[in-house]
Amino acid sequence: MLPLVGRQAFAAEPVKVGALYPLSGQVAKSGEDTLNGIRLAVDIINKKYPDLKMPLAADEGLPGLGGAPIELIAADHQGSPETGAAEAERLIVQRKVAALVGAFHSSVAATSSQVAERLQTPYVSGESEASPLTERGYRWFFRTTPSSRTQARDFFTFLRDINKTHNNSVKTIAVVHESTLWGQEFAKSVDGYFGEFAEFKKSIVVGYQQGTADVTSEVQKLIAAKPDAVFHASYDAEAILFARTYKQYGFNPQGILAIGASFGSNAFRDALGPDANYFFVREHWSRDLADRNPLVGQVAKMYRDRYGKDMDGTPARAFTAMMVLADAINRAKSTDHEKIREALAATDIKGDALIMPWEGVTFDKTGQNILTRGIFVQTLEGTPKMVWPADFAVAKLVWPRPAWR
Amino acid sequence: MSEQLIIQLLVSGLGMGFIFALIAIGLTLIYGVMGVVNFAHGEFIMLGMYATYLAYMTWGVDPVLSLPFVAALMFCFGLAVYYLLIRRVLHGSMQSQIFATFGLMVFLQAGAQFVMGADYFAVRNSWLSGVVKLGGVVLPVPQIAAVAGASLATVLLYLLVFRTSVGRQLRAASQDAQAAETLGINVSLMYAFAWGLGAACVGVAASLLANFYYIFPRVGAVFVLLAYVAVALGGFGSIHGALLAGVLIGLMQVVIGFFVSSELKYVPVYLLYLAVVLLRPRGLFGRS
Repeated sequence: MLPLVGRQAFAAEPVKVGALYPLSGQVAKSGEDTLNGIRLAVDIINKKYPDLKMPLAADEGLPGLGGAPIELIAADHQGSPETGAAEAERLIVQRKVAALVGAFHSSVAATSSQVAERLQTPYVSGESEASPLTERGYRWFFRTTPSSRTQARDFFTFLRDINKTHNNSVKTIAVVHESTLWGQEFAKSVDGYFGEFAEFKKSIVVGYQQGTADVTSEVQKLIAAKPDAVFHASYDAEAILFARTYKQYGFNPQGILAIGASFGSNAFRDALGPDANYFFVREHWSRDLADRNPLVGQVAKMYRDRYGKDMDGTPARAFTAMMVLADAINRAKSTDHEKIREALAATDIKGDALIMPWEGVTFDKTGQNILTRGIFVQTLEGTPKMVWPADFAVAKLVWPRPAWR
Repeated sequence: MSEQLIIQLLVSGLGMGFIFALIAIGLTLIYGVMGVVNFAHGEFIMLGMYATYLAYMTWGVDPVLSLPFVAALMFCFGLAVYYLLIRRVLHGSMQSQIFATFGLMVFLQAGAQFVMGADYFAVRNSWLSGVVKLGGVVLPVPQIAAVAGASLATVLLYLLVFRTSVGRQLRAASQDAQAAETLGINVSLMYAFAWGLGAACVGVAASLLANFYYIFPRVGAVFVLLAYVAVALGGFGSIHGALLAGVLIGLMQVVIGFFVSSELKYVPVYLLYLAVVLLRPRGLFGRS
């Protein structure tokens, strides 16, 4: 009897899902970490985890398809948009996947989702942030992560909150950004919000080349402009250089807020010691979220146990994208592309079923999740602490920055 | 526009300029003596910086104290590179010389990433940190040290090359290797000496840089491209040419970065380089 029961549980045909990630080349490490987030989600869906209070964890496979497991087919796009498009086509045409997830790089998500659109295959992106991806009028592309533009908006809502409790002390904002697409997009997005947030004035925008030998002239410009707050889009190396140069010349605005993890990274904290304190980083995810939702701690521990590394915002978001896709396939009760697309469009997941700080997942007409929320983390006494929004805070934020010591 | 600001910009420009100059001098010295361009020069900087960092982390030796040791270590490394690699391709085609040093560059970069990882490191709280305030002018100590250390090193090198017997032999080997050989000068030893000196210059620069700059496997690329430009501007093989061109570049990038655009601060440097290459190919101070 028993073996028969076991066979019945796996009787349903597996649902194939294609995953497009950079698994070799420049960012292979990040690609692998991100794919591990997807792998963990698939494992939770396929096996029984009754302790995890999230949809699809308690049963084996997808109950809507008679317990069918998900079969993950990973493809390496090497960070190349052309390879990404070719791999997407191969996965859809030859491997007959029910849907795609990917692709880390926005540039690769752009080309591979074009193929998915042509071949009418659902595509869910959990971590490709470039705003235009959901502005192309595509029917088959869905994005769970906030776009870079939405992230820029969080900086303003954060400062508006600060002003409420600090006597409207913030009036002028400077932007410092590196000059590749990422930094320029951020600067452009910030620029677009000065109308909506009219209480703030643009002070100065300082762009710089990545890998610059010296940032004295950049910092002197900031000192001359005297902004109240600085928004930063920099990678790790220049974050170190800027912070040191700020200290050297005693440049100390009320707050320095960064997009991307550079100003809160391990390398940054090691290099600067106590000087790494008080920088703010807009984050997608933090382990501190476990205080509010035990699910976060459970999933983060599983990730750490399996892959020997701490989870961070990107695998956490990829994990979430995979769970959202599986939820839709489960509700569609079918591997038919159109049915899955309809189910994705009708997605309504509540925040407590996610490991993200979001209010939930619901897509607008463009396929963008509109229930995302950002958090701000501030390094305090050497440890990054979640400090904003207030209802998420595990520590009290320090504003304005104390003088350099 | 305050005078303080101008003075601050100039000091910072000089600090970077002297470091570019020291790196460029190492490069031009090797080229001047034996006509080989060292494409792994940036990786010599990287090695020097890691050596400084490791001495600091492992034994707590401040970069100021480890500087002479790093310079000596790099001198030995230069000798080793010459004897193990360069000597074997010296009489080969120019391509094999290029490929030899280029291959060394790839090897050192990948080796550093293998051993140290791709992470960023930095020396914290070295003796040469902080600032000096002079009547409202803020002068960062690491940059003052860079000016002082690099100019001292340049003076010593100058004395060595132009005022000693070894220097005379070095110059003889560079001007006419065969004639020098006939006169009893050990040309191969002089070549090795040039590699050692060139690498030692970079060692000093790396040690000074490690006081304030981050360290990672590809850090050399940040500085070496400007050093190549300094060598070409100053004239291949000219020590004082490399010195002046290096300082000029350091000042240009700060002044242009502040007054024009920080995104374009290196553009005029490369334009000047192009103009010199087109109009005065031997460089500003090179021998025709």
